[in-house]
Amino acid sequence: MVDNFKRSFLVALWFVFLTFPLMVVKVNTLKNIVEWRWINMLWVAIGAFVLSLVWRWAMARRQLKSKAAEIGEEGLVKPGLGQRLLEDPKVFKPVLIVLALVTIVFPLLVDIYQTNIMVLALIFVVLGLGLNITVGLAGLLDLGYVAFFAVGAYTYGVLNTFWGFGFWISLPIGGLMGALFGIALGFPILRLRGDYLAIVTLGFGSIAKIVIENWEEVFNGAKGIAGIPRPGFFGAEMNIASATTYTYYLMILMVLFTIFITNRLKDSRIGRAWMALREDEIACVAMGVDMARTKLSAYAFGAFWAGLVGVVFAARNTYINPNSFTFMESALVLSIVVMGGMGSIIGVIIAALVLILMPEYLRAFSEYRMLMFGAVMVLMMIFRPEGLIANVRRKYAGRTVKTEEANA
Amino acid sequence: MPETQPILETTPIPETRKILLEVKDLTMDFGGLRAVDAVSLNICAGEIVALIGPNGAGKTTFFNCVTGIYKPTGGDVLVHPPEKKTQKINGFKPNRVTTIGMARTFQNIRLFQNMTVLENVMIGRHCRTTTNIVGAIFRGSTTKRQEQETIDICYDLLEKVGLVEFADEFAKNLPYGAQRRLEIARAMATDPFLLLLDEPAAGMNPQETKALDELIVRICNTEQIAILLIEHDMKLVMNISQRIYVMEYGKEIAQGTPADIRSNPKVIEAYLGEDTDA
Repeated sequence: MVDNFKRSFLVALWFVFLTFPLMVVKVNTLKNIVEWRWINMLWVAIGAFVLSLVWRWAMARRQLKSKAAEIGEEGLVKPGLGQRLLEDPKVFKPVLIVLALVTIVFPLLVDIYQTNIMVLALIFVVLGLGLNITVGLAGLLDLGYVAFFAVGAYTYGVLNTFWGFGFWISLPIGGLMGALFGIALGFPILRLRGDYLAIVTLGFGSIAKIVIENWEEVFNGAKGIAGIPRPGFFGAEMNIASATTYTYYLMILMVLFTIFITNRLKDSRIGRAWMALREDEIACVAMGVDMARTKLSAYAFGAFWAGLVGVVFAARNTYINPNSFTFMESALVLSIVVMGGMGSIIGVIIAALVLILMPEYLRAFSEYRMLMFGAVMVLMMIFRPEGLIANVRRKYAGRTVKTEEANA
Repeated sequence: MPETQPILETTPIPETRKILLEVKDLTMDFGGLRAVDAVSLNICAGEIVALIGPNGAGKTTFFNCVTGIYKPTGGDVLVHPPEKKTQKINGFKPNRVTTIGMARTFQNIRLFQNMTVLENVMIGRHCRTTTNIVGAIFRGSTTKRQEQETIDICYDLLEKVGLVEFADEFAKNLPYGAQRRLEIARAMATDPFLLLLDEPAAGMNPQETKALDELIVRICNTEQIAILLIEHDMKLVMNISQRIYVMEYGKEIAQGTPADIRSNPKVIEAYLGEDTDA
């Protein structure tokens, strides 16, 4: 302990020395004098000291944990708070009920602006869940995921401007178009792995954006498509406020729908094949899994969700242009998956809400957004590489069911 | 689909044997290197056949050619599945070869590390089940029944290899010997008529090797699965195999019963050396 304090003290001194010219000395060129801001030195010292202490504490804790895991005493280390929340039904149920209530009354309590941001966050929840299939379950790194999002959004935009298609018809078409493009991207990269896969998907994302930007006749180029109608409700007239609330509830339903379907797939023959593909491709193929079909279905299914919410995104904004579909969005969705925990559904939801809502509510720090983003990622990789909520493996009941059948 | 039978000590091997796998003059070139040179091999039903040879003799390459991981440069691989017509499987994809009924294990264990032991075995059932995306989403009665069947079969298999208590454990947390057995169980889940084991005893201690030895004989006898194994452990090979093929520098240099091989001067020179008493 004393040693820790001593070391932190030295670190603080070192930082004071390092930041001295920046933080303390200031040359006032107008008055030709040097200002000495000694008070800053104090802040730097205190800040460095505290951070260093916290860092040391966290590292020590982490080491303790990995040691315990090494000697097979994982049971002694308490599972994280999130894990306990999920596994204990006594805690889980009330939390779920409260959450459900909050979600339902949310738009009634806050103004349109907040609801609108929440809709965006929910869109990213679905995007995260979709990419989670490709990256988290099937282990296929996809850096151009936003391309499918764009496919969905532009499907609605184009169908609406040229043929006057409504939201509800465009929604499934957008999803299917996304899946179709997923397969189209999947074919050429069936044989690729790791870094190469990442580069090709990255290229695909860029190509999609460039095509949209330059194909004036269809996509209206960089000007974008404006005047896209919001989701309709049996032709009812809605003002902006009620339309936003409506979109919000629509997105809630869509998130539930996504969770339901991805959950079902995860615990099925298909989901297991995806996971096996992630773990070991050669063994997976040698065990009789058709690699091409499994990979393509993972791409198509991940892309389907992006296409689907792409339509909602276009309807929410009523205006789309290529700048909404840059690499930043792909990276953001990927960070959501990584931060939430590969393959974990609840983790992805939390991460999506945090990563989308945080920048909105911390507008004051918007200049430092990327800095904080990076810091959060680095810290995550060090302390929770498995994500906020690690994917808990399902246990299958075999014996009991069988004996019951035998008795019957 | 194998019925779950009680494990018997021994079952008589039928006298009239049917050839299951017939490899004719299999050749595999990697650029200028001929890794496998005109190797022929037959495996009959109910037989345990060993393929031995010094390191780098081309045994694993031979395996990879037969199971479709490599496409052989020359020669034929013919399978005669029981109750089905003969197929020539050169250049078939590995998953098709497995679907026909030949499953394999790997020299360097290739388990699905972050999946549970049971799920590992369940992957083996993939090619014998049919649930598609629609079925998985709606989870109808057919899907449910199939899923439960899969689980039951896999539990049975785990019981056979003695891993039931680890069913919900991650595969990566198993001890080494258990991982080897899990690989065998996973391969058996594909309902094979021929099991190809690539150095199943590598890295095992004598007790584990003995247990494995018994397991392999039991699989062959009670499940009616023929076995082709690559192995360096001479004791295991001599104990359990009925016929042995010997390879050196990609060529087949001898074949015969363990007794023949033991006294074959060519083999002794190439491979066994002073280890003949083993």
